[in-house]
Amino acid sequence: MTYSEILSLSAVSLGQKIKEKEVTAVEAAEAVFQQIDRVEETVHSYVSIDREAAFTQAEEIQKKIDSGILTGPLAGVPMAVKDNICVEGQRTTCSSKILEHFVPTYTAEAVENLKRAGAVILGKTNMDEFAMGSTTETSAFGPTYNPWNTDHVPGGSSGGSCAAVAAGECFYSLGSDTGGSIRQPASYCGVTGLKPTYGTVSRYGLIAYGSSLDQIGPVGKTVEDCAAVLEILASHDKKDSTSVKREDTDFTPALKGDVKGMRVGIPADYLGEGLDDQVRKAVLQAADELRERGAVVETFDLGMVEYAIPAYYVIASAEASSNLSRFDGVKYGYRAKDYEGLHGMYKKTRSEGFGPEVKRRIMLGSFVLSSGYYDAYYLKALKTKALIKNAFDTAFKSYDVILGPAAPSTAPKLGESLIDPLKMYLGDIYTISVNLAGLPGLTVPFSVDSAGLPIGVQLIGDCFKEKNIITAGYALEQSCGFRFKEAPKNIFTEGRDIQ
Amino acid sequence: MTKQYETVIGLEVHVELATKTKIFCSCSTEFGGAPNTHTCPVCTGMPGSLPVLNKQVVDYALAVGLASNCQINQYCKFDRKNYFYPDNPQNYQISQLYLPICHDGWIEIETSAGKKKVGIHEIHMEEDAGKLIHDEWEDCSLVDFNRSGVPLIEIVSEPDMRNGEEVIAYLEKLRLMIQYLGASDCKLQEGSMRADVNLSIREAGSSELGTRTEMKNLNSFKAIARAIEGERKRQIELLEEGKEVLQETRRWDDNKEGSYAMRSKEDSKDYRYFPDPDLPPIMISDQWLEEVRARQPELKTEKMIRYQEQFNLSEYDADLITGTKHLADLFEAVTKLCDKPKEAANWLMVEGMRLLKEYGGENPETEKISFSPENLAKLILLVDNGTINRTVAKEVFEKIYTDDVDPESYVNEKGLTVISDEGELRTVIEKIVEANPQSVEDYRNGKEKAMGFLMGQTMRAMKGKADPGLVSSILKELLK
Amino acid sequence: MAHLIDDKVIENVSILAQLELTEKEKEAAKEDMSRMLAYIDKLNELDTENIEPMSHIFPIHNVFREDIVVNGDDRENMLKNAPESKDGAFKVPKTVE
Repeated sequence: MTYSEILSLSAVSLGQKIKEKEVTAVEAAEAVFQQIDRVEETVHSYVSIDREAAFTQAEEIQKKIDSGILTGPLAGVPMAVKDNICVEGQRTTCSSKILEHFVPTYTAEAVENLKRAGAVILGKTNMDEFAMGSTTETSAFGPTYNPWNTDHVPGGSSGGSCAAVAAGECFYSLGSDTGGSIRQPASYCGVTGLKPTYGTVSRYGLIAYGSSLDQIGPVGKTVEDCAAVLEILASHDKKDSTSVKREDTDFTPALKGDVKGMRVGIPADYLGEGLDDQVRKAVLQAADELRERGAVVETFDLGMVEYAIPAYYVIASAEASSNLSRFDGVKYGYRAKDYEGLHGMYKKTRSEGFGPEVKRRIMLGSFVLSSGYYDAYYLKALKTKALIKNAFDTAFKSYDVILGPAAPSTAPKLGESLIDPLKMYLGDIYTISVNLAGLPGLTVPFSVDSAGLPIGVQLIGDCFKEKNIITAGYALEQSCGFRFKEAPKNIFTEGRDIQ
Repeated sequence: MTKQYETVIGLEVHVELATKTKIFCSCSTEFGGAPNTHTCPVCTGMPGSLPVLNKQVVDYALAVGLASNCQINQYCKFDRKNYFYPDNPQNYQISQLYLPICHDGWIEIETSAGKKKVGIHEIHMEEDAGKLIHDEWEDCSLVDFNRSGVPLIEIVSEPDMRNGEEVIAYLEKLRLMIQYLGASDCKLQEGSMRADVNLSIREAGSSELGTRTEMKNLNSFKAIARAIEGERKRQIELLEEGKEVLQETRRWDDNKEGSYAMRSKEDSKDYRYFPDPDLPPIMISDQWLEEVRARQPELKTEKMIRYQEQFNLSEYDADLITGTKHLADLFEAVTKLCDKPKEAANWLMVEGMRLLKEYGGENPETEKISFSPENLAKLILLVDNGTINRTVAKEVFEKIYTDDVDPESYVNEKGLTVISDEGELRTVIEKIVEANPQSVEDYRNGKEKAMGFLMGQTMRAMKGKADPGLVSSILKELLK
Repeated sequence: MAHLIDDKVIENVSILAQLELTEKEKEAAKEDMSRMLAYIDKLNELDTENIEPMSHIFPIHNVFREDIVVNGDDRENMLKNAPESKDGAFKVPKTVE
């Protein structure tokens, strides 16, 4: 197979070809590194790439495949890990100066699961600093560019993970989603991204932003890839007290196009003001596709939509202000030079080590928890969260799946979003409530706007009902004709043939 | 002093629980060890690490709560207390504010003024901080996280105490209770029990509380008593001078017998507590509570009553023996082996205590009595069956105390067995009677004392090994 | 609820957060926070009188670990990340006067 043929494969089909000895894990790694060499300078998906480690892994894994020890569907497939997920011995920075040289002595449980399944880890992907942002522009190591049009952002915070998949710099990747950080950049980059039900994937080794909202999930070229990766990721982990024991983690059988009789609801509140016409059109088209395939689709009033963002920013910022206090220049990471005394060291280290968006949220979070404001803000937000959960509980009595946009528009241009933080926050309106309610959500690329930028649609399921959104997502993928093969022309040109 | 003042004292007592592992990770809680060798990503606050609760901590907290007559919050959870300090690796401490595991209990204390109940406001679970070592050479501090994450319970009393005597009685009662429960060794010197004293002064008869200070760094009962007296005086002086008592935390310096305010601009009392999102709540079912209740060991008072009833010990003896769990355990073990409770109690209280004073050093704690109960039981039986007499037994007991020797083999090796061969004894006594005609004369003239002298001579000649009963009857017969 | 995010509030919050802001950053923080809080006040439209605050999304409880020592000593690796260390400990500026 030529490198370009290899690159055109999905993760699952590459895994199949490796199993059938048509390609080796080392060849797959070579192909992907050739692509990285070509496009990384333009896209900047990665914070760090460990070529040597990747080839060592590829060789070891190939041996295990040859000897029949590794038989899983993704053994030998090269992948990337978001830089807020710890891998032992590999620099993990959260795209922040404060962790620039941090090398964990432990590996995240999600990555352990992938390693056991024969994943070849290429490197760590770029992100908004500490996952705070929607554009990957707040990274201390420079922004990632949207492979479809490098004037545009890839979205965020898992912008590096989504851009890397879109640009063929890996076959799949891990992202994390606290308020839409997998689903929104997946939409902007024309890839598939899945945020599992809270507690499905262990958070051990994921550097916390908002602990009650964070969840690791897969980014892939297809729904099938995401389902296959999630099958590996999902596990009950005794090291994470919020990890849920689940039996039903066989997600791939849900990959069937049959949506006959599936009840699909579209929240009318999602289609109103603020939504780009072309995105609205895509959502309605998606609804038609599902209807044609026998689903029962209707609009309904979800309610509570406008309260999700304020509640989210209180809860996430409060948790972040506490989670990020451990970055103090004592145990790891950056320490300022020339300070006066202990508290001088703390303040200077943190002020120099954190970027503006992180500081903004730490300040807000410290304020809403401070004496006299806790009830008015923090408790109020937790009560709102309960109401939002109720609204979804009610909706899922009538619907199997909720269909809506993943973001109000397609990818904005670089530099447009950071000017007005509040406006940027409003862009998370369709994704944030899913985190507050702990639900699974899937973004499936569906069409392209007039400027040639991809539009994804979002499918939301009830808790532990990933299979429903996988089934519906698979049906949409089959019908819309948008496949990763049609990804940006400037990125995918012919590669060298294997000698 | 013209006015009469009343001192109002409440205590915050931190107790390190006797678990094998830390509260939120599987690191050892062992005291000591080279810096940072009992640590992991969790107790050093590494990013991405997560806490998982040690069940034993909850069991111990419940045991202490039940023993101190507390109400149990059957739904309780952990909160984060946020503050920056280098011994606190996450810069938040996982503690309980909103729903502590136990609340509204009491324990009874006894002082020279009689019995009194001291209220327990609450008991909560939390993690200990690391240790800071001050490096004089480089003028910096060094952080050791071995202690970080060791489980603590904090027992907060009501402001029910009025003087140092009550405070010491309360602490001793609490310590004994927790030791009996096996929940902690409660060593003040090693810091496994630490008390902070909240003290305020008000005019006698007033029902309002004065402004209180919190006193820290008190690591012995004596220091606590001195600190209370010092702080009481300091506050009264301020009031007498018409000055205000400031609400502050003060550090006691026991060498200087004085305290100073611990204050810093950066110290914020605004801890921004909120429920820890990493730790799901704890639901304590009635069944769980019953199980803890059923497992509760017999505490001092119950043991004391039982010792009097079952073993016929006097109240005084029973009180002394149950004075520490270690002594009571030893007593029961010995009694179980030899079925001679009075003998066991006597040996421990008289000779045991005497030797403890002699060998115990500066801190004669009963834990230092460390011989095996089997050996004392054997000794008691050797005396009981007349193999050795009491004089010899004392000597053997000391050997047991110092070297935990087996009395049977020791007695055999040293040939200390009582000589009760009448023929052999008679020969010796006849010689003594012959050699002491004056004493024989005196005895026959009615001087009973002379008999004692002759007994002593005999015992000396026999190197203490003679059966005293037999000696006496032979003597009487010869002197008739 | 009216928000008076003045210099004092910013000063206090930056002590809590251990951040040192420049004058320019302080001004920006004042404005950002005021705007954000005004927006968050939207929550006051909701009647939450009898609603239980929800910290955990699922009713999971009693997640415990047995009291068994498992962890070994990984001090040397851990200290490699320390900005400064000495004698097996993390070195920090003096903590007492």
